[in-house]
Amino acid sequence: MKLRKLLSAAIGTMLCMAMVAGCGQSAPAATQAATQAATPAASDKLIKVGIINNDPNESGYRTANDKDLQKTFCEANGFDASFAYSLKNDEQITAAQKFIQDEVDYLLLSAADTAGWDTVLKDAQTAGVKVILFDRTIDADESLYEASIVSDMAKEGQTAVDWLVGQNLDKYEVIHLQGVMGSAAQKGRSGALDTTAKEKGWTIVTQQTAEWNAEKAQQIVQSAIDSGKSFNVIYAENDDMAKGAVAALDKANISHGVGKDVIVMGFDCNKWALEELLAQNWNYDGQCNPFQSSYIKEIIDTLESGGTISQKTIIMDEKGFDASTITQEDVDNYGI
Amino acid sequence: MTKKLDPHGGGSAITGIFRNQIFIPFAALMLLAIFNLIADPSFFAITMNNNSAGYPVLSGQLITIIDNGSELAILAIGMTLVTASSRGQDISVGAAIAISGSVLLRVLCGTDTRPETMQAPIIVGFIVAAIAAMAFGAFNGVLVAYFRIQPMVATLILFTAGRSIAAWINNNELPIVPGEEFKYFGGYIPGIPVPTPFLIAILCFILTWLMLKFTNIGLYSQSVGINEKTSRLNGLNPELIKLTTYVILGLCVAVTGLIKVSRLSTINYSVIAKDIEMDAILAVALGGNSLSGGKFNMAASILGAYVIQFLTTTLYKFDVQATALPAYKAVVVIVLVVLSAPVVREKTARLAKKLRSSKTPAENHA
Repeated sequence: MKLRKLLSAAIGTMLCMAMVAGCGQSAPAATQAATQAATPAASDKLIKVGIINNDPNESGYRTANDKDLQKTFCEANGFDASFAYSLKNDEQITAAQKFIQDEVDYLLLSAADTAGWDTVLKDAQTAGVKVILFDRTIDADESLYEASIVSDMAKEGQTAVDWLVGQNLDKYEVIHLQGVMGSAAQKGRSGALDTTAKEKGWTIVTQQTAEWNAEKAQQIVQSAIDSGKSFNVIYAENDDMAKGAVAALDKANISHGVGKDVIVMGFDCNKWALEELLAQNWNYDGQCNPFQSSYIKEIIDTLESGGTISQKTIIMDEKGFDASTITQEDVDNYGI
Repeated sequence: MTKKLDPHGGGSAITGIFRNQIFIPFAALMLLAIFNLIADPSFFAITMNNNSAGYPVLSGQLITIIDNGSELAILAIGMTLVTASSRGQDISVGAAIAISGSVLLRVLCGTDTRPETMQAPIIVGFIVAAIAAMAFGAFNGVLVAYFRIQPMVATLILFTAGRSIAAWINNNELPIVPGEEFKYFGGYIPGIPVPTPFLIAILCFILTWLMLKFTNIGLYSQSVGINEKTSRLNGLNPELIKLTTYVILGLCVAVTGLIKVSRLSTINYSVIAKDIEMDAILAVALGGNSLSGGKFNMAASILGAYVIQFLTTTLYKFDVQATALPAYKAVVVIVLVVLSAPVVREKTARLAKKLRSSKTPAENHA
């Protein structure tokens, strides 16, 4: 009995340690980067940046975003970068405090939550750390950060809806598949469609959240088909949901794509989605640009050379792809 | 199975039906069916159409229910056994589906995310995925059985880490399986108009029935769940039995994973089967099974799973406002679960008895 207790205690500790090691990957990485930086620092001064991001496993968007940042903020480009990942605000704040203690020059932040950042950003300001926000904004005074590089989700939605208006269909009967309710992407992309549909008198056949989930989208569209509803547009707020919707259409033998019965629209520009566009199975895909690093680098370069940033909020260029004009080059360049 | 376990076999026919566990999910199903019948009878229409591959297939809301509810029903089999033997639930099934699905993708696609042809036969992919899922099931089982960790806490580990493991298996990529044959498992086999997931589910039910009839796993897992010490004194090995139930759940997870991957030829590990563990547990509860282990009724659990899907499809059909959907579901669930609670059932049984005896006042005053 005693042995068993001892053994279970031992395994328990091991598991705990494994979990701590798993969660705290950023910590050893940071110290490693610091020691590496110590040697070349004598000859050439590297710019120290601390990057706080969401978990790259969260989505294809985040994976592409993280890859892009890793590529830009490398030693060859004159940066000594440390990364911290978390989907939780409090863990991100702890990571930020650690980066401030480590005396980074720049703190790049994609906050998990909009609230709760005032104190730590004030600390950063006192310590002389310049803060740049990317991808997500926060509820804090503008003076606390240098710049914020964001996507304008409402504009993304508007671009897509404008494209849809341009199709000049005889009638508009839309199935609207929404993302997780309340998320910035959902609000922006739904808002544009809602307003235009009201103005132009479009019929929204079904408006339902599939929570970014392909299976749920498939069920919702299936349900619309089973109920005998007539529709000619599928407006899905991300690619996964568009894919689910298309699976349901295929089952019911409803044709979709360029010049077919149903127009399929997606967002995010996953590579596979753009390939569907290229094959003319879908009609439109809106970009949500994950490549912020070039914008960030530009700002850092300006600040380092003593310049000032005229505009606090920088909205990135985002494209919308039409199946009839997309090229293989677009797929390679913009697919994530 | 049910009859053998029901000690109240002697009561009148009516109380027998009420006391039978399967009455609860059955009543719920009837309630939903009647509601739909009144609101819109076309809900029950089934038509035969060609799908885009050119084969005739059945379609309609009922077909959608048996199609989409099948994964949950398969999971409910394993979850019922786990609940019975370990007096707790495995909350990692969703994450485990992500893992087994990713393994399947990895084997079928190799290292290429867009292969031209499948890199391995489907059966090989499924076997590897099943081994992986059963290994993770065994991991949970060992923690629960041998280290005496609470099932919910033990499976919390995989619940947290599972989707990251799934991401790691495919290098954060989302491979797509080529070819039409792979789509059969989540779609239709050419020439057969019934959705394949339902056929797979039926096969699983038959296998489970055979397993419960010809092996002692059902009896053993119940006795372990009721009293571990007496089971041990009677020569059973409770640890091994608990472990076995978790491995069986692992196999159920692998089958579900196959269907899920096949539906779209790919999965997104971060959202696949999200929150399915809660639905699986709910299916067990709806089946009138005690969540604190012991006796179970497999058929009731399976019916419970289809009731949940029936409810979901009904809500979709009536275009319940997206934001309000979970609230509606919660209300229905609360009603069903409260009705199926042993306390309420006992009270209604007593009430029924009183009503009956009041009809014969002579006896009452005797």
